[in-house]
Parts: sequence; structure tokens; C-alpha cells
Amino acid sequence: MKKAFPILGALTAILLGYALYEALVAAPTEQTMGDVQRIFYYHVPSAWTAFTLFLINFVASILYLVRRHPAADIVALVSAEVGVVFCTVVLVTGPIWARPVWGIWWAPGDIRLTSTLVLWLIYVSYLMLRRFSSSGQTPTLAAALAVLGALCVPFVYFSIWFFRTQHPQPVIGGGGSIDPRMLHVLLLNWLAFSCFAFLVCWSRYRLESLQREVDQAHAVESLMDLRGSAR
Amino acid sequence: MTAPNGITRATLLKDLRLEWRSKDAINSMLFFSLLVVVVFSFSFDPTAEESRQIAGGLVWVAFLFAAVVALNQTWAREIRNQVLDAYRVSPAPANSLFIAKALGNFIFVSVLEALMTPLFIMFYQLRSLGPAWQLLVVAVLGTWALVVNGTFFAAMSLRTRSREIMLPLLLFPISIPAILAMVQATTSILTGEGARVWMALLVSYDLVFTTGCLLLFETVLNAE
Repeated sequence: MKKAFPILGALTAILLGYALYEALVAAPTEQTMGDVQRIFYYHVPSAWTAFTLFLINFVASILYLVRRHPAADIVALVSAEVGVVFCTVVLVTGPIWARPVWGIWWAPGDIRLTSTLVLWLIYVSYLMLRRFSSSGQTPTLAAALAVLGALCVPFVYFSIWFFRTQHPQPVIGGGGSIDPRMLHVLLLNWLAFSCFAFLVCWSRYRLESLQREVDQAHAVESLMDLRGSAR
Repeated sequence: MTAPNGITRATLLKDLRLEWRSKDAINSMLFFSLLVVVVFSFSFDPTAEESRQIAGGLVWVAFLFAAVVALNQTWAREIRNQVLDAYRVSPAPANSLFIAKALGNFIFVSVLEALMTPLFIMFYQLRSLGPAWQLLVVAVLGTWALVVNGTFFAAMSLRTRSREIMLPLLLFPISIPAILAMVQATTSILTGEGARVWMALLVSYDLVFTTGCLLLFETVLNAE
């Protein structure tokens, strides 16, 4: 494991660099939007990576509730943290892209924007629960919250979709086919982001496991101290 | 009295009786609700025609704040007297406790809403263009959606730091589809359009989340 990490790290760095070059230089310039459209190569793969990580969090949370395996809990924590980071990237690059292209920072009824925002809010609240609750019960409570949050997602989509049909918004983005060269760059960036996300998750997983071992060792040590002093 | 219904009824009646005798929570909540309505009436001052468009949102935001104040004290008595530990070691099913607490909160919040609604009607000259009984249905469904999740998250926040802020932090994101549905349903009824889809959304949200909370409450209660 220790040997694989630096090698994979170097490979991912090369892949990210290549993907950056492809996105900013080599990809064809879009007809109507011009160079601003290149944010698309960061916005969309970040979204896909974030959704994948949130899905992993959901599965890990269910696994934890059923099996109570501590590794499942660490996977849930790690995927939520990295997922929130990528989701933040989506929510920041979105308005940056929207402003020059559509003239507005935010479209209130847009289904993708709003549902991504709600997803981000749910997972930030998940991380807040993790931070604020005492260590004994955190994994179970957080897993329960993740399950409820995941149940909420279809409702979010449907409610905003129906809201939009009642309050028609300007048609923005979406639909239409994509130039195959652009698709190639998009997928390349997604691969690079996924590798990067995997590496970050892996290293955070190790960090968290070690932290828990240290905490346990401290706890055992203080118990021994108490026993020793009681005698 | 070990049957679940008996336990639920006993717990609910105990809570109501305690509250009736002391009236500490209900008085402060009633006054808070009144203050919210008055502050809103100063902040938003629409004409009678405009008010129908925005009243749905105003009313439900006010109800949401009142509900959070009510929900925060859900488990306060239980924490003070170590009731939950006693409950855990008893053979009583956890769901009975949850339903009793949720029903108690539902009654509290409904009392608050019953007080705030005439004030809103008065301040904003509200007159519904659609059938008013549908507004009552939306109120019941919407209040239950807030209360069932709120009671669950209040139990989750019990041993967290900053307990009182934790509840709205957890409740608001997950309630967003329900809040959208409540507000849109109320606005549609007030302006005379149909609200059937929004009400269907509320019903399914209530069903899904009541089931989810019931299934997970035992786990949350026993989390140590």
C-alpha cells in the first residue's frame, strides 16, 4: 500500500496535467460561448464525481447500519467529505460560468442547480452532525442521517421539476448533442478527477484509521492509569 | 399496559398533562409566534392582491420558525430526568415513544398555527380564491412533515454540542422539498389554481419519511 501510493500519485498528477492541457488548450472552442465554455470541463466531471461519492456514502451508511463494521463508517465519512468538496466546486464554477453566458448568477427554478444545492446542504449538515456529536454514537447517527438524506433526493428532483413546469424558466444549457472531441476531453477530465478523488479518499481513510487507533490507545492508557492509581 | 397503543397514549397524555399544568413551554411559544407575525407584517407590506402571491411563503416560514422553537423542547424533560435511560431498559418499543412525541409536537405546533393564522389573515387581508378546506389539509400534511422529521432530528441532536442549533441545521435541508410543496400548495389554493400535485407530493413525502423515521428511531435511541 505504501509503495503504490506515490506511484499512483505521480500517475494521477500526469493525468491531471494532461487533462488540463486538453481542456484549456487542445479542445475545440465552442461556437456561441467561446473560451468561457471551458469551465464545462471542470463543472461537469466535478458533478459526476460528487454524485458518485455521495452514492458511495449512501451504500457505506447502509452497510454500517446493517453490519456495524467500522471500516464502513470511515468510508462513509471520507466519501462525504470529498464529495462535499467536489460539490462545492460545482456550485462555485456554475455561477462563474452562468454569469458571462446567461447574464445571471443563479437561475432559481433550474432543476440541476437547485437539486445540487440541496444535495450540498444535506451533506454539509451530515458533516456538521459528525463534527458536533460525541464520538460514541456518531457513526450510527450519521448513517441514519445519510439514509434519510438519500431518501430525500428523489423528492428534491420531483418537486423542483414540477415547480419548473408551473413557473417556466428560460431554457438554459442541456439538450443537444456534444462534439465527440469535446466528449473525449470531458471523459478524460472525469477520469483524472476520479483518480484524484480516489487518492484523496484513500489518504483520508488512512488518516482517519490511524487517528482512531491513536484515540483508542489513549483511552486504554487512561483506563490503565485509573486502574493503577485506584489500587 | 405493554401494548404499543397503550404506551403511545400514556406517553402522549403524560406530556399533555405536564404541559397543561406548567404551561411553561406553550406560553413562550405562543408569544414567540405572535412576535414573528408582527415582525413579518412590518417587513412585508403588500397590497391585498399581491399578498395572495406571497402569503404562502410568509405563513410557512413563520410556521417553520415556530415549529423549531416547539421541537427544541421535545426531549428537554427527558434529558433532565434521565427518562431515556429508563426507557431503553424497559421492554417498551421505541416507536411508541416516537409516535407519542411526534403527536405531542403536532398538537403543539397546530395550536401555534391556529393562533398565527387569524393574525396573518388580519394583517394581510387574506381571502382565499380556492376552497379553504384544502388549506386545512395542506396545513395538516405540512405540519406533520415538519414535526415527524423534527422529532427525529431532535432525538439525534440530544447529545451533540450546540443542541439547539443542530436541530434546524439538520431539519431544514431535508425538509426543502416538503417546504416547497407546502408553500406552492398554499399559494395555488389562495390564488384559485389547483394544488393536487403538490398535495400528492406532500402525502408521499409524509408516508416515506414517517416510515423512514419509524424504522430508524430504535437505532438512534439506542446509539451509545
